[in-house]
Amino acid sequence: MTVYLDYAATTPLRKEVFDAYVEQLQTLGNPSSVHSSGQAVRRTLEEARESLAKSVDCNRSEVIFTAGGTESNNLAIKGLYWQRSAEDSNRNIIISAATEHHAVIDPIEWLEKHDGAEVVWLPVDYQGQIDLTFLEDFLIRENSKVALVSLMLANNETGVITDIEAVVALANKYQIPVHSDAIAAFGHIPFSFAQSGLAALSISAHKIGGPVGVGALIVSRTTKLVSIIHGGGQERGMRSGTMNAPFAKAFAVAAELAMAELDSEMPRLELLRDRLVSGVKALSSRANHTSSQVKRLPHNAHFTFDGCSGDSLLFLLDQQGFCVSVGSACQAGVNGPSHVLLAMGRTDREANGCIRMTLGNQSTEADVDAFLSALPKALEGALRAGLTS
Amino acid sequence: MKVLAAMSGGVDSAVAAARAVEAGHEVVGVHLALSRMPGTLRTGSRGCCTIEDSMDAQRAANVIGIPYYVWDFSERFKLEVVDDFISEYQSGRTPNPCMRCNERIKFAALLEKGLALGFDAVCTGHYASILTDSEGNLELHRSMALAKDQSYVLGVLTAEQLQHSMFPLGHTASKDLIRAEAAQRGLSVAAKPDSYDICFIPEGDTQDWLADRLGNTAGEIVDMQGNVLGGHQGAHGFTVGQRKGLQLGKPAADGKPRYVLAVDVNTNRVVVGPQQALAVVELVGNKFTWCGKPKENAEQFFPAHVQVRAHGEQVACQVAIVANSMVIKCDEPIFGVAPGQTAVIYLGTRVLAQTTIDDTVSAVDSFSTASASISASAVGAV
Repeated sequence: MTVYLDYAATTPLRKEVFDAYVEQLQTLGNPSSVHSSGQAVRRTLEEARESLAKSVDCNRSEVIFTAGGTESNNLAIKGLYWQRSAEDSNRNIIISAATEHHAVIDPIEWLEKHDGAEVVWLPVDYQGQIDLTFLEDFLIRENSKVALVSLMLANNETGVITDIEAVVALANKYQIPVHSDAIAAFGHIPFSFAQSGLAALSISAHKIGGPVGVGALIVSRTTKLVSIIHGGGQERGMRSGTMNAPFAKAFAVAAELAMAELDSEMPRLELLRDRLVSGVKALSSRANHTSSQVKRLPHNAHFTFDGCSGDSLLFLLDQQGFCVSVGSACQAGVNGPSHVLLAMGRTDREANGCIRMTLGNQSTEADVDAFLSALPKALEGALRAGLTS
Repeated sequence: MKVLAAMSGGVDSAVAAARAVEAGHEVVGVHLALSRMPGTLRTGSRGCCTIEDSMDAQRAANVIGIPYYVWDFSERFKLEVVDDFISEYQSGRTPNPCMRCNERIKFAALLEKGLALGFDAVCTGHYASILTDSEGNLELHRSMALAKDQSYVLGVLTAEQLQHSMFPLGHTASKDLIRAEAAQRGLSVAAKPDSYDICFIPEGDTQDWLADRLGNTAGEIVDMQGNVLGGHQGAHGFTVGQRKGLQLGKPAADGKPRYVLAVDVNTNRVVVGPQQALAVVELVGNKFTWCGKPKENAEQFFPAHVQVRAHGEQVACQVAIVANSMVIKCDEPIFGVAPGQTAVIYLGTRVLAQTTIDDTVSAVDSFSTASASISASAVGAV
């Protein structure tokens, strides 16, 4: 028996998505071809674009398909930085936060190391909230040097939701573009790109029941950015390469389903999540519910456990058939202390002792209850093992 | 038994894990992340610690069909092994980091964690054997593949640790057989090169690596009488017994090669002299452990063999515990022994005990008065 409580890592592919994807895979034609086979596939691609635009609430030409969330973040950050610094060489400051995903932090640090960028990492409080006063003060003083602001819509580890409206309001006073990584948030909370005032928004299909390998960067019509991939000039010239109709269609179907279910799923998952959180708190006085005081994603429950290391807990839960996570999955499977928790003022030890449970469309009360009955044994073992590593 | 197989990503630990499965144990593979900043690809002859090594271990676990996890021991490793390595060199001693890693990480931190998580034993790909004596006591012995024998670096294991250790490769006659077996099992690491270098020194250049951490202060190279023969760019790079890299220009009066006799970190001097002056007849270690059942009547000298390097020869000796220290009198002089090194005591093929060498007694009584002065000022001081 496997109980999957790691929807923030990836989600089960929905049946409707699979069917649409497989059907389109069998359809011949390059969307850029002029003949009727090409045109038929182009039509599918553009229908998918329109559908996805509806789900994000943006204009259809604002949807730039990419090969995933990481590419979207790289395109947004490097593209905006190169565009803005080319327009005005004084603009070399990137404002972000140390709680961001590595797909944001790393491109920013790359620009810092290789391309003259200066980075301002905004202070983050114990609950994981950005210090907006700091941002406001900084922009008053240095707005003429700022190239862009990049802050996530919701944190992939803790689920903390950023007050992105407030960020945009502050930045837009000075016409500074704001990019937001919405990979963890999209499809889980209501959101309108049109209302947001954002310059760019990163989203990914596999976090909402779509396949791995397709994402999008929503780029507002008024935003210019330099492409990081050069070639045939597809996707408004921002993302060259043969357009992928099967993936676009799969993503659009997944987004459509997620948005259609949002009104019912949000409260359902919130209830399930609260059952999980109160259950964990009742089981152990060593459990600290992360960011309990602030707005979080409805399907995310994040804890640190005093005296336990996350990898022991993960191992013991896995042995009992429960898939949870200690944070974002890393390439080598090495789980160091979470950089997100460290940025939120936790010690190395605290940051090492965390686990994240994330729920989704197939999660049930039975899953949560099974987890709660398995947890004491895992906690006991993890405590015995202590923080030996 | 529930067995935790430590998998470095190399061929030995992969075959060891496969054999543990075949012996009927419930095996889980674990890779120890020892560096917070792992390199991407393996370079040279380092045997672990890169992402590629972790992937190799994972692929081996997949092929064997066991669960696989990576556990982060980087903080512990830094404190217990890397920092110890630096501070030992800083004190002019020559540490053995692999031994420290076995003592404090693999058969301590990992074993403790494994026991706490419900495992009964840690299995590794070390070439050594665990045998049982007539009374049921566990003994550590040299491996059948003498050329690959690693019992020396396991000399730190205690009776308690032996009970929870498993070395499935000990009865195999050669590494070639292990490689052949790995290939037969479909393990892609079958032809992976052996590792020799210190895993946490990426470029394999210990001297440079130490210089980055301890700084380089130029100093003098002197002979036993204190006459300055040349200079060095940092004393930390020198090891007792070293012959190459002294760059003294002028040959010795007798035309014979000169060796490092002592590294005096207080005066930042490196003392050199003829090979005879390296000869040591007695070793003393203030801290020692028994590997398995202690020797009875150990306060009286008994015949044994001593080995002072991982791949060194063993030398006949007499050993006794005198005033809580282990005293080892060698039957014939041994050369190039530095404080900080570990002496492992063997009874036949059995590992009996180990101690970290604190003092050495030079064999130079009959050598000359000059050598007496070096044993007082340099060798004796360390």
